[in-house]
Amino acid sequence: MSKQSRWQSLWHIPLILGGITCLMPLAFMITTALAPAEAAMRATDNFWEMIIPQHWRWENFIIVWEIVPFLRYYINSLVVAVVATAGQVMTSAMAAYAFSRIRWPGRDKLFLAYLATMMIPGLVIMIPNFILMKLIPEGLEIVAPFVDWMSLRYLGLGGDGPGVGRLAGLDSYFALIAPGMFSAYGTFLLRQFFISLPKELDEAAKIDGCSHWSIFTRVILPLSIPGLTALTLLTFMTVWGAFLWPLVATNQEYLRTLPVGLQAFQGQYATEWHLMMAASLLMLVPVIVLFLVGQRFFLSGLTVGSVKG
Amino acid sequence: MKGSGIRRRETLIALAFLLPNILGFFAFTAGPVVASLILSFTSWDLLTPPQWVGLANFWELIGFHQSVDGIRANDPDFWKYLYNTGFMLMSLPVNIATSLIVALILVKNIRFTYIYRLVFFLPSILAGIAIYYLWRWIYNPDYGLFNSILAFIGIDGPNWLTDPMWVKPAIIIMQIWIMIGGVGMVLYIAALRNVNTELYEAAEIEGANSWQSFWAVTWPSVMPVTFFLFTIGIINGLQWGAEAVMVMTEGGPFGASTTLGYYIYLKAYQDFEMGYAATISWILFLLIFGLTLLNWKKGGGSIED
Repeated sequence: MSKQSRWQSLWHIPLILGGITCLMPLAFMITTALAPAEAAMRATDNFWEMIIPQHWRWENFIIVWEIVPFLRYYINSLVVAVVATAGQVMTSAMAAYAFSRIRWPGRDKLFLAYLATMMIPGLVIMIPNFILMKLIPEGLEIVAPFVDWMSLRYLGLGGDGPGVGRLAGLDSYFALIAPGMFSAYGTFLLRQFFISLPKELDEAAKIDGCSHWSIFTRVILPLSIPGLTALTLLTFMTVWGAFLWPLVATNQEYLRTLPVGLQAFQGQYATEWHLMMAASLLMLVPVIVLFLVGQRFFLSGLTVGSVKG
Repeated sequence: MKGSGIRRRETLIALAFLLPNILGFFAFTAGPVVASLILSFTSWDLLTPPQWVGLANFWELIGFHQSVDGIRANDPDFWKYLYNTGFMLMSLPVNIATSLIVALILVKNIRFTYIYRLVFFLPSILAGIAIYYLWRWIYNPDYGLFNSILAFIGIDGPNWLTDPMWVKPAIIIMQIWIMIGGVGMVLYIAALRNVNTELYEAAEIEGANSWQSFWAVTWPSVMPVTFFLFTIGIINGLQWGAEAVMVMTEGGPFGASTTLGYYIYLKAYQDFEMGYAATISWILFLLIFGLTLLNWKKGGGSIED
C-alpha cells in the first residue's frame, strides 16, 4: 500500500508541469502589469524575470483610471452585465415554468423551436440585430413623435454634459442590454432543472389554493437555487466579456464597456503593454471572484443540462 | 365544458409566464434568423434601399468561373478563410486529449486534487478579450514571454503573429492553452467516476495491461463525453475567431489568420455589405449543421445509453 502511494506521488510531476503551463502566461501578465514602461519593454533572455515580478509599481493600476475613462467603462460593464443577467434569469425562469409545470397545447413544439435556435451561430443573428437597432429610432419617431427618443434627459441623465445616448437604437444602453435579457439556452437550462422537481409539489400547493404565480415564487424558485445560481454566473460572465456586439452596437466613448475600452491602451504606433495588462487584470477581477465564489458549481455542477454521463 | 374552460385558463396563464421571454425570443433571435435569411438574397449597404439579387450572393461566395488560366473560385478569399478556420480546428483533438489526460490523473486519489482542478480550469474561465491581448503580448518578438522561453532552450523564435507561416500555429497554441483543462476536464472527471470498477477487475483478470484496459474499458466508457466535446468543439470552432483574430492579428498577415467569423465581421462592418455578410453566415450555419448531423449519425448510437 505504501509502495503504491509512493508511485502515486509521481503523478504530481506532470500535474505540476501542466499547472505551471496554465499559470505562466498569467504570471507574465501580472509581472508586466507591475512593471514600469521601460522595464516591460526590455528585451531579456532570462525568462524568469518575466514571470516573477521584479518591480512592484502599483501606480499602474491607478494610472489606468486616469488616462482613459476607465471608471466609465467599468460602470457601463457592471450596469449592462447586472441588468442583462437579472433580466435573463427572470425571463428564463418564467418561461421555463411555462415549459415545465403548466400543460398547454403546442408547448413542446414551441420548446423545440427554442432548442433549434440554439444551434444557429451568433453571427447569423448579429447582423439583423444591428440593422434592427439602427432602424428602431426611426420607427419610434413615427410611432411616438412626441417623445425625444434621442436622449435620456428624462431620467435625469445627460443634460448639459455629454449625452448619455438614446433611449433605444444604436448607441444606447438598450442596445447593449436588451438582446442579453433573453436566451433560449437559459430557458433550456432552467427547464431541465424545473422538470426534475417532483410533480406532487405543485399538486399539494394547488390543493392549498395556490395560484401558479405563488407556486412559481414560493415552491419552484426556492428549490431551484443551484440552477438559478448556475445561470446567473454563466450569464454574468458571458455578458461581462462580450466584445463583438458592444463594439458594433455602440460608437460613443461614454457607452463603451470594458472589453471594447481596452482598445484605448492600444496606441497608434506602440501599445503601452504595462497599462494594457494592468487594465486587463482589473477587468478579470470580477471573473476571478465569481469563479472562486462559484467554484463548486464550475468544478462539479457544470454537468447540469449538458450530458448525462 | 368546464374542463375546457380550465384548460383555456391554464393556456392563458402559461402564455403570461412566457410573454417576456417570447417577446425577446422573436425580436432578437427568431425574427433575426428569418431576417438574415432574407437578407442573404439581397444586396444592401445600409445607405441605399436593399436590392433583391436572388442567389447571386451565394453564387459569388461558393461558385466558380472559367477564366483564362482555368477554373477559379468567384471568391477565393472565402476558400482561404475556410481553410484557415479548418486549420485552427486542429486544437480540438489536442484539447480533448489534454483534458482527458488531466482528468485521468486527477481521478487517482492524489493530494491537492482540488487545487489542480482550479488551476487547470482557470484559463478557460478567463478566456476573452483580456486573454487575447495577453497572448498578443506573449507573442511579441522582442519583449514577449514565448520567444524568451524558446531562447532559454536555444531556439530563435519567429515573429509569430506577423509571419504567414507561424500565425496559425501561434493561435492554435493559445487555443490549446485556453482549453487545456476546462469543461472537458470537469466532464471527464464526472464520467470517469461513474465507470464500473468491476470492468477494470475483469480486464485485469484477462491479463490486460493498463494501456489495453484504457482502450477496452475507459475509452468506451467516456465516449459520450468525447462525443459531446467533439460536437460542441466543431460548432464553436467553426464560428470562432472574430474576436481573437481582431484583437491579435486583424486577420493578417495577408489574411493568413482570418477565420470565417472574422470575414463576416469585415464584410458587414467594414465593407457594409450586409447581404453578403448574411450569406456567409448562412453558409457557415449550413456547414455547422451538416457536420453536426454527420456527427450525430456516426456517434449517435453511443450516447443513447
